[in-house]
Amino acid sequence: MVSTQQGCFELKDVSVAYGKETAVAGVAMSIEPHSVTALIGPSGCGKSTLLRCLNRMNDELGDVHVGGTILLDGEDIYHGDVDPVELRSRVGQVFQRPNPFPMSIYDNVAYGPRTMGMRDRGELEALIEESLRRAALWDEVGGNLKKHAFELSGGQQQRLCIARALATKPEVLLMDEPASALDPISSQMIEDTIAELKSEVTIVIVTHNMQQAARISDRTAFMLRESMEHPAGLVEIGDTRQMFTKPVDKRTEAYITGRFG
Amino acid sequence: MTRARARARTRGARIVETVMKIVTGAAAASVMLSAFALLGYLLYRGLPSISWSFLTSMPRDGGIFPAIVGTFWLTVGTAVFALPIGIAAAIYLSEYAPRGARTRLIRLSIANMAGVPSIVYGLFGLAVFVMFFGFKISMLSGALTLACLTLPVIITATEEALRQVPQDLRQASLALGATRWRTIYKVVLPAAAPGIVTGSILGLSRAAGETAPVLFTAVFFSAPLPSSPFDKVMALPYHIYIMATQPNRPQPAIVWGSALVLVAGVTVINIVAAAWRSRARRKVTW
Repeated sequence: MVSTQQGCFELKDVSVAYGKETAVAGVAMSIEPHSVTALIGPSGCGKSTLLRCLNRMNDELGDVHVGGTILLDGEDIYHGDVDPVELRSRVGQVFQRPNPFPMSIYDNVAYGPRTMGMRDRGELEALIEESLRRAALWDEVGGNLKKHAFELSGGQQQRLCIARALATKPEVLLMDEPASALDPISSQMIEDTIAELKSEVTIVIVTHNMQQAARISDRTAFMLRESMEHPAGLVEIGDTRQMFTKPVDKRTEAYITGRFG
Repeated sequence: MTRARARARTRGARIVETVMKIVTGAAAASVMLSAFALLGYLLYRGLPSISWSFLTSMPRDGGIFPAIVGTFWLTVGTAVFALPIGIAAAIYLSEYAPRGARTRLIRLSIANMAGVPSIVYGLFGLAVFVMFFGFKISMLSGALTLACLTLPVIITATEEALRQVPQDLRQASLALGATRWRTIYKVVLPAAAPGIVTGSILGLSRAAGETAPVLFTAVFFSAPLPSSPFDKVMALPYHIYIMATQPNRPQPAIVWGSALVLVAGVTVINIVAAAWRSRARRKVTW
């Protein structure tokens, strides 16, 4: 698939091994730009592992080997010329638990841009406001950016983390169960934010919550590890509506209807 | 029958409970008592000697000024050598080192360094800094020797403080396109700073009170005020040692006065560190 928009991933025969143990194998899928792709599946099926391949965060874990090919906008992100540090400013990540830095709101959002060398006060301030607005946090904190991030509620902290990730202007935003540690109202706000964001960035979200996947995603990928002897793999990927109404694979249907997992 | 037995058992358990509370409480109380006895006696014996002239005059006039100056500079020198190396080594171990034989060997060395008696550090300093490197008996040799002694304390405290920083924060920084070093410098170190400072100061205050390591490396009785790092110095612990072991004319007033000054100095530093830490901690909680 050739796209003029940025932020499209193409995975071919991707495998991940921790030491000698292959955890995920044979994953092939394309992630379409400016859409929300949900990764679902039972615990231990390699969703988060696969997600971490996309910004090479697996590199930081030590003895992890990624096989196959992952193309971002046609470029192999595991090629020797690609700097994982630079890649991560194009592919942002939001984690399961809110993890703001022990700094002010301002400094949290400014962290990424400052890392990339932005020093101009005016430019930074504009970017911070824009990022906080995009993460739907501006109206709640706009007046007081000097406030310490730890004084925010859990849901606000998570939206701060989204704003922080957006401030590097990533093409893709990876989200690893971003709402699972939050109360229902905060969770709803995160979902609304995701819906707003997808017009500008590609979103890949890992979720345990089937209803959430059905509500927010355009495409859904179902992963499964059927036995500990075999690595996990991708069962199928398709349009979310089709996946949740008439999936091709029996195992997808069994999982979605709640017969296991 | 069974109910009677159960009651007997709970009564037994209650007695054990009471006895253990008393025994452990008594142990804790005896610790407190020792501390108060030590400080109380120190104040009782030392306080009468303390005067402005005692603190600021030369030994021939009955003062301990050179010893205070010497201990101050020895401690500063120790900090200059031990802090950068100790903190950097801890950063390597906590943030960069791969798991493996080499890292285990480094940790083993640190554990062993912590177990070496201080007089052995003194001998080591004499052999290496004083003689091999030719620094002579000087403040420099003494500070280097004390730095060796303090390193394991600083490394262990720093590593512990770095370990307390949640992994989440490192991940967040790396995922924003920051390098390892930027992550350490901007996120991990500031968050760990209170622990690092407290641990380091405890290590340094220990060093300030050591006699054995400076005995062969830095001190000289009735040394004048030092004018360069290559000069011999007086030091409070050594001053106490000499004054207490003078066979002909023991000087208990000077000994206790010096001891009080040493303990007071170290205590003030510790209190400042503790206060600073509790202020910094209030801002950072996870």
